[in-house]
Amino acid sequence: MDLIRKFGASVLVTVGRMGVMGLFLVKTVLYTVVPPVKIGRVIKQIHFIGFQSLVVILLTGCFSGMVLGFQGYYSLSRFGSDAFLGPMIGLSLIKELGPVLTALMVTGRAGSAITAEIGIMRISEQIDALELMGLNPYRYLVVPNFLAAMISLPLLTAIFDVVGIFGGYLIGVKLLGVGIGTYFGEMSSYVATKDILEGLYKSLSFGILINWVCCFKGYYTSIFTGFGAEGVSKATTQAVVLSSVLILVWDYFMTGLLY
Amino acid sequence: MIRIEDLHKSFNGNAVLKGVSFEIAKGEVIALIGGSGEGKSVLLKHIAGLMKPDKGRVLVDGNDIASSRGKYLNELRAKLGFLFQGGALFDSMTVFENVAFPLKEKTRSGKREIRDRVLKELSNVGLSGSEDRFPSQISGGMVKRAALARALVVDPEIMLFDEPTTGLDPLIGLSILRLISSIHRELGFTGVIVTHEVPRVFDIVDKVAFLREGKVFAYDEPEKFMASTKPEVKEFLAGSLGRPDPEGPAIFQPCAHPQIDFGH
Repeated sequence: MDLIRKFGASVLVTVGRMGVMGLFLVKTVLYTVVPPVKIGRVIKQIHFIGFQSLVVILLTGCFSGMVLGFQGYYSLSRFGSDAFLGPMIGLSLIKELGPVLTALMVTGRAGSAITAEIGIMRISEQIDALELMGLNPYRYLVVPNFLAAMISLPLLTAIFDVVGIFGGYLIGVKLLGVGIGTYFGEMSSYVATKDILEGLYKSLSFGILINWVCCFKGYYTSIFTGFGAEGVSKATTQAVVLSSVLILVWDYFMTGLLY
Repeated sequence: MIRIEDLHKSFNGNAVLKGVSFEIAKGEVIALIGGSGEGKSVLLKHIAGLMKPDKGRVLVDGNDIASSRGKYLNELRAKLGFLFQGGALFDSMTVFENVAFPLKEKTRSGKREIRDRVLKELSNVGLSGSEDRFPSQISGGMVKRAALARALVVDPEIMLFDEPTTGLDPLIGLSILRLISSIHRELGFTGVIVTHEVPRVFDIVDKVAFLREGKVFAYDEPEKFMASTKPEVKEFLAGSLGRPDPEGPAIFQPCAHPQIDFGH
């Protein structure tokens, strides 16, 4: 009976926290659409989330494209279809790998930092200080990250796709001998605007998701994950894990919806 | 100016405040003292509107801060300044930027006006020359002074101090208390000081509120409080003055330095 009671209590706690998380998203969206917006902080966060993620996106994109070049050629050449290497790489990156891998890289790099920053502000009472000054912590801490992520993720995804396609070109054309005209010509025949938009819709939604989870975990650090440095550490770990899992789960639903 | 009415607060079924009631007149500074875990900081955060009570009211100028929301809550908070125990300075900003922050965000003052105001406040708290340092680059006492400057820069009517001297050496702690006293003389704010600095804080306050078992056990002027015959008060004072036996001699001399005349 005690086990059932404990299980019931933990379910109630989990559902309660999901409710708090849902309300957090609602408040974030509300304070985003209702002015004023701290434009200076948005620009600063675009620099942090977007610009400072460029190197990791360039590297990941390039090597992802190169791996796709090898694996794609290996698979397609078995069926005598290596001419379709270009569309295969293009569609894989633009519709799927670009948005997902970009989101995962940004989660690890920027998302964890955002959680840690807001979490430390929470445990050192800096958020309380903001509230006591009559200022809205959402407008200072959450909304700028929200807008910055929505702007940065699609742009980073586009860069990832371009660099990935170039990586595939290096391997497929330069190394494995697929014709350059074949590579790019077939790609333009098979990659439609709809495919590009699908990738961008995914990246936009991933940006919202990353910000929602990472800011929430930081904001509620001492309440849900404990106090002090350990609380911040737990919040950061949970933010990265939850964001990553939700990206993959949401990717499935988006793919089904846009299919 | 501040009236607490039958305040109750529990955390996870553990009752911390069990019916706290008292009143602070305009311009008065009181010390909120008591043993560890008695709820002093919890009570202070209720006055600031950072916590909501389970029962009871916290009236600031006749308005219940506990039930206020949005614009009304911000209007009440505009009268408040709060000195957090750890300072709560924004650690990615310099001392100057921290003190200027409320002026930039809450007023329409120009850059020059803000600069002049910030430098004046920093000078008042003895931090001239430290404007460009970050909180991690200054000592604990300097952090408290910078946080005090930030709280005072918007001319609050009410100042709340959460253990302003905790973690500081005795000399620096004394200088903080002296600073609070001199600024109070200049600005005339209503103040609440949560502190363990007993009896040093008695020299700078008008009244002492002693929290015990979730209620205000005694609320008196410092002289009357020190002369109280209640065993609980005597026991607390004995612990503060280093006397294991309330009737016996002190283990140490609490006033190894001359008494400071704060001019009251």
